[in-house]
Amino acid sequence: MFDQLPFLLILLALPLVALVGIIAGGPAKSLALIASLGSFGIALISAIVWQQQGDSSLGAFEYQVLSKPEITLALGLPDAMSVILVLLTTIVTLAAIMASRCPEGRERLWFSSILLISVGALGAFLSTDLFFFYAFHELALIPTFLMIGMLGKGDRKEAAWKITLYLAFGSIVLLAGLLWLVGASGSSSLLFSELLASPIDPAAQKGIAALLLIGFGTLVSLFPFHSWAAPAYASAPTPIAMLHAGVLKKFGLYGLFRLYPMVSEGLKPWLTLLIILLLANILWVGFVTLNQKRLDGMLANSSVMHMGYIFLAFAALIAAESTIANPLALPAATLLMFGHGISIALLFALSDQIEGKTGTLTMANLGGLGKSTPALCFLFGLAGMASIGLPGLANFAGEAAVFLSGFKNWTYTEPLGPVQIATIIAIFGVVISAIYMLRAIRQIFQGSPVSITENVADLTLKEKAPALLLSLALLAVGIYPNLLLQLFQRQTVQPSPVLVESASPATSETALLINESR
Amino acid sequence: MNLQLHHLEILVVALGIIILMAEAFFPRERKSFLGWIAIGGLLAIFGLLFVAEPATGDEISRAYASDRIAKFFKGFTLIITALVILMAIDYKKVLSRFTENPGREDGIAEYFALPLFACAGMMWMASAKDLVTAFAALELTTITFYILVAYMRRNVGSLEAGIKYLILGALSTGFLVYGIAWIYGGTGSMNLEVISTVLDEQMATETRTAILFGLALILVALAFKVGAAPMHLWIPDVYQGAPTPTTTFLSVGSKAVGFIVALRILQPFLDSELTKNNAVIILSIIAAATLLIGNLAAIAQTNLKRLLAYSSIANAGFILLAVAAWQPASENALSSPQVVAIYLATYLVMTVAAFFALQSIAQSTGTESIASLAGLGKTHPALAWTLTIIFAALAGLPLTVGFIGKFFAFGVAVKAGLWLPVIVAFIGVTAGFYYYFKVIRTMFWNPSANGPEIYLSPITKAVVYPSAALIIILGVYAQPLLDLVGA
Repeated sequence: MFDQLPFLLILLALPLVALVGIIAGGPAKSLALIASLGSFGIALISAIVWQQQGDSSLGAFEYQVLSKPEITLALGLPDAMSVILVLLTTIVTLAAIMASRCPEGRERLWFSSILLISVGALGAFLSTDLFFFYAFHELALIPTFLMIGMLGKGDRKEAAWKITLYLAFGSIVLLAGLLWLVGASGSSSLLFSELLASPIDPAAQKGIAALLLIGFGTLVSLFPFHSWAAPAYASAPTPIAMLHAGVLKKFGLYGLFRLYPMVSEGLKPWLTLLIILLLANILWVGFVTLNQKRLDGMLANSSVMHMGYIFLAFAALIAAESTIANPLALPAATLLMFGHGISIALLFALSDQIEGKTGTLTMANLGGLGKSTPALCFLFGLAGMASIGLPGLANFAGEAAVFLSGFKNWTYTEPLGPVQIATIIAIFGVVISAIYMLRAIRQIFQGSPVSITENVADLTLKEKAPALLLSLALLAVGIYPNLLLQLFQRQTVQPSPVLVESASPATSETALLINESR
Repeated sequence: MNLQLHHLEILVVALGIIILMAEAFFPRERKSFLGWIAIGGLLAIFGLLFVAEPATGDEISRAYASDRIAKFFKGFTLIITALVILMAIDYKKVLSRFTENPGREDGIAEYFALPLFACAGMMWMASAKDLVTAFAALELTTITFYILVAYMRRNVGSLEAGIKYLILGALSTGFLVYGIAWIYGGTGSMNLEVISTVLDEQMATETRTAILFGLALILVALAFKVGAAPMHLWIPDVYQGAPTPTTTFLSVGSKAVGFIVALRILQPFLDSELTKNNAVIILSIIAAATLLIGNLAAIAQTNLKRLLAYSSIANAGFILLAVAAWQPASENALSSPQVVAIYLATYLVMTVAAFFALQSIAQSTGTESIASLAGLGKTHPALAWTLTIIFAALAGLPLTVGFIGKFFAFGVAVKAGLWLPVIVAFIGVTAGFYYYFKVIRTMFWNPSANGPEIYLSPITKAVVYPSAALIIILGVYAQPLLDLVGA
């Protein structure tokens, strides 16, 4: 019965209805909570049904809003990447709403912004039409900018203005790339399925690929377009930081993987440059992270740093030239996006608790907090370990898969290619992560308590709930990565151990076309 | 006798004369009701637009087009005129402060009647396919605007704006007449249809050069009308000094008909293979220069009205981009005239909403500076979010009509391969984000200044809030716009 419903439309409409309710004066937190709980439920059920039926038109919805060119409000779950990112969005939204410490009297603004960002992110991941894919992401950016500027902390105005300008720049470059892409494909429809079926002249692909890399790259904080991210996350209100770092930033990566088949030829000339940039993300920003004195600044930088790993998977995909040649890259990247999204959201939520309880996030001023708050200490430790990439937690599965994808198709008789060298260097990033994260845990939670960390109340059940939800997701996927990976296995013929053929039907068809034409 | 399209212009003029007479012969303190009559009359004529038949008869149909685009622009003109008069009713306190008898509404209905004459001129321009009728209609509009700009006679700013507009307007009229003379000399005709056939014939190179010289002169005059570089210099000063309803009228109405005349005059030149390249090069340069000047100069503005003036120049640049691209209609793409019409329709919604809000805010705070909006997000959240929608639309954010217009303009320009202007346009959009978001930033991030309370009049509320809703609705579902231009 469930698959008869246009449930993706409901999934998108639920937060919107709650938003209207809040604007109309309803109880803000309850409405937001109910809507996000409902979205989470629908996303979870749809993931299960999708896995069982393997039907990419499940719950799809289409309504044409423009005839020349054909723009369609089209929602769908074309492949496992969409399913997983939608799931991530709803989990983080739920946690962000539960974890909110909303300033007095600003409930309506606070919760309606969270819901609006959530609608934008969900819409972007659900849209199977290029226009709405882009538009929904822009929709989510507006409340992000405004909230950082209005209710942020520290240098909020400067940080907010910086993220506004950087992301506006990125969006416009991206828009230029997308318009060029549509023009070059000659497709009259902006549906992904139609676009992916219209090949682009390789000569034009190179320019399009450059614009897409800069545009999407800015949105994902790819070096050197990353400097907006750290100040913005450090000063953003916690739920906004959770949602942007955890979910919204993944839009750029999602877009790159989604549009990859159209510009696979054009991306190849940029491979070396991309590898240098992603290594700068891992190492340069990694060292910057080491040097942070405040916990929020450290978390913000670590989030930028970890994007480098996901770009590594993308580089592996570019080098392999198709999702069939490197079937590991896409699942690896998606798994890491999920793991990173959950763990960074959890870390931001907990750092907010630390600030609320002690009044500071300067790590040198803290110490011994673990004595009075064992639960907080345990949860933070768990999230920190996840962020480092400890086995048993979701990030490990993702990072391991990324490193494996780097060496996919490589045999020990060959010399090392650029992707393999990058992978070897990138592994040392894990050491950097371990240094700053363990040092932070030691400085904050261990040692002898100081005046501000003595007699601090531990997390109440209400405060624990969002952290437990996120931790559960980290553990579940970490211990049994197949929960997510089996989504990628759907529709495959040959029984394969863990990671197999990944792309959506449309994607693999195009990839085949490209291979055949070669 | 059947009601024909050109009878509507006569009706509008008649309406204007009636209002003017009523103003003279009914010495009443309260004159708003005359404004309401004018609006009612305009809306009735707008209704007649749907039943009117094409103009028939040899004489009239030679100089008067009754095509879809003409009808579209006639409707456009009627609506913007009605909105301007509505704004004038809201603005009458300021208007009456600077006339002969300050504080009294004596003579205020002149300000309701004059836009009607301009409206008739603009409606005629939408149909003019003869250089002489185009010129006559253009002058009817421009002369009316001289008065409308300088209407607040006791206000130095308004007078200064009037003088500037008069001098540059007269200059551009000179260019126009001179250009028409050159084209007449080269082609032997004033009729654009005849010119179109003449251009495709073999002719001496000198003759073609003469005709192109005439076209260049006409383009200078039209650049004045639409506010394009290099004739954009008057825009900031005149827009800032003129009464806000006049500014709105100039910014939307005058610009729109400037473009319809430009499209009609340029069509023969852009359709003919022999002159197309020259025309496209000139137009591309004008478009790029306009985009660059409008957008970059807007960055530094601190006065909201002046910011909107530069934004109006920038928007002219985007429209010129579509004109320069000159694409015929095809199966899955719009023609350039259709894109221009759609862009102007979206521009009308956004600009009218912005100016309505501006004049009401300026009336309550006494200043037009952006800083006066500080803290609006906290004190008037509904108004602040509405303005956010309007400015986001002007910046061209997706899911607003502003995106739709720019999307189509870029679409035709990319299709025509005008890479340089397209790159400049993208720089313009980036700059646009910067200065429009500066306004949004002021509203939400800055603490409120302890100035006078901001208050929106009921009329403004009745326009601004539905406009904001329309901006979103048409931004998501833009098909009605396409249907409107027959695509």
